[in-house]
Amino acid sequence: MTDLVIIGGGPAGMSAAVAAYESGIRDILILERDENLGGILQQCIHNGFGLHKFGEELTGPEYAWRYEKKVRELGIPFKLNTMVLDITEDRVITATSSEEGVFQIQAKAIILAMGCRERSKGALNIAGTRPAGIYSAGTAQKYVNRKGYMPGKNVVILGSGDIGLIMARRMTLEGASVKAVCELMPYSGGLARNIEQCLHDFNIPLKLSTTVVEIHGKDRVTGVTIAAVDERRRPIPETREYIPCDTLLLSVGLIPENELSKSAGISLDRITGGAEVDQDRQTSVEGIFACGNVLHVHDLVDYVSEEAEIAGRSAAEYIKGAKPGDESVRITTDGKVRYTVPQRVTADKAVNVYFRVADVYKNVTIQVYRDGEPVYAKKKARVAPGEMETLRIGEDIIKGAKELKLGLEVSGQ
Amino acid sequence: MKRNLTCIVCPMGCSIEVELDGANVLSVTGNTCKRGAEYAKNECTNPKRTVTSTVRCENGEIISVKTDRAIPKDKMQECMKLINNARPCTPIAIGDIILSDVFGSNVVATQHSAAHNS
Ligand code: SF4
Repeated sequence: MTDLVIIGGGPAGMSAAVAAYESGIRDILILERDENLGGILQQCIHNGFGLHKFGEELTGPEYAWRYEKKVRELGIPFKLNTMVLDITEDRVITATSSEEGVFQIQAKAIILAMGCRERSKGALNIAGTRPAGIYSAGTAQKYVNRKGYMPGKNVVILGSGDIGLIMARRMTLEGASVKAVCELMPYSGGLARNIEQCLHDFNIPLKLSTTVVEIHGKDRVTGVTIAAVDERRRPIPETREYIPCDTLLLSVGLIPENELSKSAGISLDRITGGAEVDQDRQTSVEGIFACGNVLHVHDLVDYVSEEAEIAGRSAAEYIKGAKPGDESVRITTDGKVRYTVPQRVTADKAVNVYFRVADVYKNVTIQVYRDGEPVYAKKKARVAPGEMETLRIGEDIIKGAKELKLGLEVSGQ
Repeated sequence: MKRNLTCIVCPMGCSIEVELDGANVLSVTGNTCKRGAEYAKNECTNPKRTVTSTVRCENGEIISVKTDRAIPKDKMQECMKLINNARPCTPIAIGDIILSDVFGSNVVATQHSAAHNS
């Protein structure tokens, strides 16, 4: 029996481990499938991490090392090259590694910190062939930054999420020519600073409301046809334009990696794709917690660490005997607010609610409703789907509430 | 003359408007904090960027690196050439200088080489 098993040794898993240790738990084990700790940060060699958490600008590997160093100093055990195959509701973990073969661990508590994966190109509806030269932006990032191998010379990027933007700059710096970044939506899913420093700095055009409608080439990509889309996101034939290129990068979004959560019978949120959790990040299965991108996709790793600390501390309390509260108040949304994390609260204490909105809205009032009555409002000049928002709901509002709801009142577009 | 900028100092990405008279900055508006004002001034007079990249070590290993301070924006490609021509020896620890005196900065490792941890 192990007190706490953490699945995933990326930023979420390491932060959770350190927080649990600092809350008095010693019998901890981190299981990581890669050959290093650090997760996706290992390949995120650009900077901009840690401003919130450490007050300085770090690259991904440096941010990861801050936590790995802690894990090593505290002597928290971890197993690398270890793949978790299954988790049961009563917290039996089945894993495999080349050293130990298949083995099982019974845990008092589990923290899920497996991160997310990229949406695949299979999910896309693009006509034409499927030659070599089509990569997800994250795969290309791994090739360039971990293996030192350039996937192509003339590049078109579909999707303007942050990884796509970062890769536009990265490949340009390494000598490639990035012809365009196409975005289906009328706004970019990436941070404004990345549009500035990754595209504008290198005169790479960002084509909004535009998509790739056809891929050309037999063995290798020879070009793509792009087209503008109308309000209903249907391509407009007259706007078709051929761009010769040898590489198409897809940066079309991330989804939580939740195969294991499903096998444990954890209920998932239809919108986030991650588990439904309470304020302690405890899932619907007692003793199983979740944090980081496996729960919902974050734009800043600083918030991943923050959330993982909550999960680490709560798991420690649970191991020491704390039980989840039995009355749970749901936090519902009005659609303009797409989702919240946590989705429910089970204790009468203040809670930081993370949420995302469905569209770009200007001059909004974020409203908290308690049993249908507006009880708290906060104004914001602009909100966008690409930027996660947070709001603190006070104890006085939560105490005695039967239902909480988060909504937006919009006075401009 | 007016110039509109997006501040890249932090993820807030504030829209900043700078009023210029030739190379003289007359006013900066739209920034949420002091760092934004400083960024806007520099961006209009001497724009700088931190370069992050990777270097191939002598043993073939790939290590991530960065300039330890921002360098003039128009020197980024030249800086990349220097980094791509370097072949440092392992072991390398985070913070080790890979190239010194590169347009007013040092290129330092942001990752340990594999041998370092074991
Ligand atoms: S002005 Fe300040 S708050 Fe706004 S983006 Fe720049 S550094 Fe961030």
